[in-house]
Amino acid sequence: MAIFVDDNTRLAVQGITGRDGSFHTRQMMEYGTRVVAGVTPGKGGQTFDGPSGESVPIFNTMDEAVREAGANTSVVYVPPAFAAGAIMEAADSGVDFIVAVTEGIPVLDMARAHAFVRDRGARLLGPNCPGVISPGKAKVGIIPGQIVTPGPVGVISRSGTLTYEAVAQLTAAGLGQTTCVGIGGDPLIGTNFVDALEAFGSDGETEVIVLIGEIGGTDEQEAAVWVSENLDRPAVGFIAGQTAPPGRRMGHAGAIISGSSGTAEEKMKAFEENGIPVAKRPADIVVLVQEALSV
Amino acid sequence: MNVHEYQAKEIFRAAGIPVPPGEVADTPERAEELARGYGGTVVVKAQVHSGGRGKAGGVKLAPSPEEARQHAEAILGMEINGLTVNRVLVTPAEDIATESYVGVLIDRKTQAPTFMVSAEGGIDIEEVAHTNPDAIRKLVVDPRYGMLPHQAYWLASTLYDDPALAKQASRIIAQLYDAFTSAGASMAEINPLISTDAGEVKAIDAKLSIDDNELFRKPSIAEYRDLSAEPWAETRAREADLSYVKLDGNVGCCVNGAGLAMATMDLVKFYGGEPANFLDIGGSSNPDKVVAALEIITSDPNVEVILFNIFGGITRCDDVANGIVAATQSIDIKPPILIRLTGTNEELALQILADAGFSAFTSMDEVVERAVQMTEGN
Repeated sequence: MAIFVDDNTRLAVQGITGRDGSFHTRQMMEYGTRVVAGVTPGKGGQTFDGPSGESVPIFNTMDEAVREAGANTSVVYVPPAFAAGAIMEAADSGVDFIVAVTEGIPVLDMARAHAFVRDRGARLLGPNCPGVISPGKAKVGIIPGQIVTPGPVGVISRSGTLTYEAVAQLTAAGLGQTTCVGIGGDPLIGTNFVDALEAFGSDGETEVIVLIGEIGGTDEQEAAVWVSENLDRPAVGFIAGQTAPPGRRMGHAGAIISGSSGTAEEKMKAFEENGIPVAKRPADIVVLVQEALSV
Repeated sequence: MNVHEYQAKEIFRAAGIPVPPGEVADTPERAEELARGYGGTVVVKAQVHSGGRGKAGGVKLAPSPEEARQHAEAILGMEINGLTVNRVLVTPAEDIATESYVGVLIDRKTQAPTFMVSAEGGIDIEEVAHTNPDAIRKLVVDPRYGMLPHQAYWLASTLYDDPALAKQASRIIAQLYDAFTSAGASMAEINPLISTDAGEVKAIDAKLSIDDNELFRKPSIAEYRDLSAEPWAETRAREADLSYVKLDGNVGCCVNGAGLAMATMDLVKFYGGEPANFLDIGGSSNPDKVVAALEIITSDPNVEVILFNIFGGITRCDDVANGIVAATQSIDIKPPILIRLTGTNEELALQILADAGFSAFTSMDEVVERAVQMTEGN
């Protein structure tokens, strides 16, 4: 099994004709993701050429992508100025899962979009996230396909390349994954650690979950409590930003220690107090996962 | 992006918030001239992107124009939390009857603009939230409807029992929400909001942080950026579309991805070293970006060794290697450079780097440990 995306995923790509959108659509198709539609307003009626000669229809609206091509998932590669609008359009179209890769969306736009998406009962992953990959089944977003392999580990992370680093090390050690989820580096995200944990918690094949957090906010602290109260399998953790100074944004819009809140220390402590062993460096994640699986 | 108090006050005034007059001076003479113009006692306030200005001696009451000049002399050029004061705001002193706090920020948990008000003004709101949370009234604004009149009044009625004052405060709270959204802010604060003996409610301080992601569509706000308040390296980083934060150590770091960049800094510390910076070079192999990154890192005289940590996922390692080779050929770099590359086409990349005479690695631990060993004292 897997969470969020699998063999049943029928994907519409919003912004398929853009530079990033077209590049990553080919990557997703090469990985085996079923891309059923592209959406670019004004380019409806054209087609997008897949890597093996497939022809993907392009529509003007998400509504058409759902009605005519049967999309049930969308991914957003639309520029920041229009991304919140694209997310809300996707929520209105009836897809139940939306992945927003776009970085740099104004936070006030996202405050409105999150409320809108919640009201329509859709799940949003991101924004400012690398997306999600269920090894051997489907990938939606930009996570490189060659670093993953099927197996029993679930991965949840706020970061992109740090996730790749950790996942590549897991794969090299023979520890495959059910699904790797990048929840995003923005302060307001649609799917947080607890949401992803809940999904993994009802996935029969996930035997251990890796939580890769970073400074800023209290999402990891809440996840730690949730794990100790609800999770019936082990989790291990890593937190980036132990050397980050307070009050400075570390690349991600959400990676900032405000006052004395959101430090790596506080998050690591919350993990440890709730029975989640914490890796001191990325290489130790593999060791902790091996230990968790051998118990 | 932070804006100065006097700039935040301009934005607040434009939204209709009653803010006493005030002008900035960059010389003591100008401060004296402004004080004379206002007559009576004025306040001379350091304009710098830092809290704790009062404690640092950057806010002074001046009963006479001469004293305004003397205070300006002392404050201009002063360092507050490492930032030099280039300007002071001169503003008439007010008769303060009561002080309260009004602030709004984007709250991560409620995912919405969230107001906090307290009748305990002129204080550190974070501290009050810890020590006396009952003294704070909170309101989550639904961003789709904005601040509703009864909500603004509900907040204001916490601050004042007198309905005439509460009515004024309620209008100010609604105006603050308008200023917050129209400026594209992530935080706006009036601390303190005062009432005077004459029964007027006014904002005598103003704080505003702008969401960087708004600047592309708010050119008039973007113009408020004070380049003199920002180190050269940060300006250069922004222009090159890199994220850079200077730290105090001596191991220069250049990494693709924010999370991996933080983890690299932490690993430097793990091996007994101190990172000189956070730098996220992004997903590009563009040599121009590598040049900018190297210029920024080497502008810090503490840097003794430069460490690249690149995970090639979608970006191909050989592209990045070529970018690094091209960049280092175009500028003269003194500190030794260690490079770690892993991912797509890493063997090819290692060959390119070896041919160009670089020490190249594939393990993150190995390269960080080696970099730390190359610094003084290790």
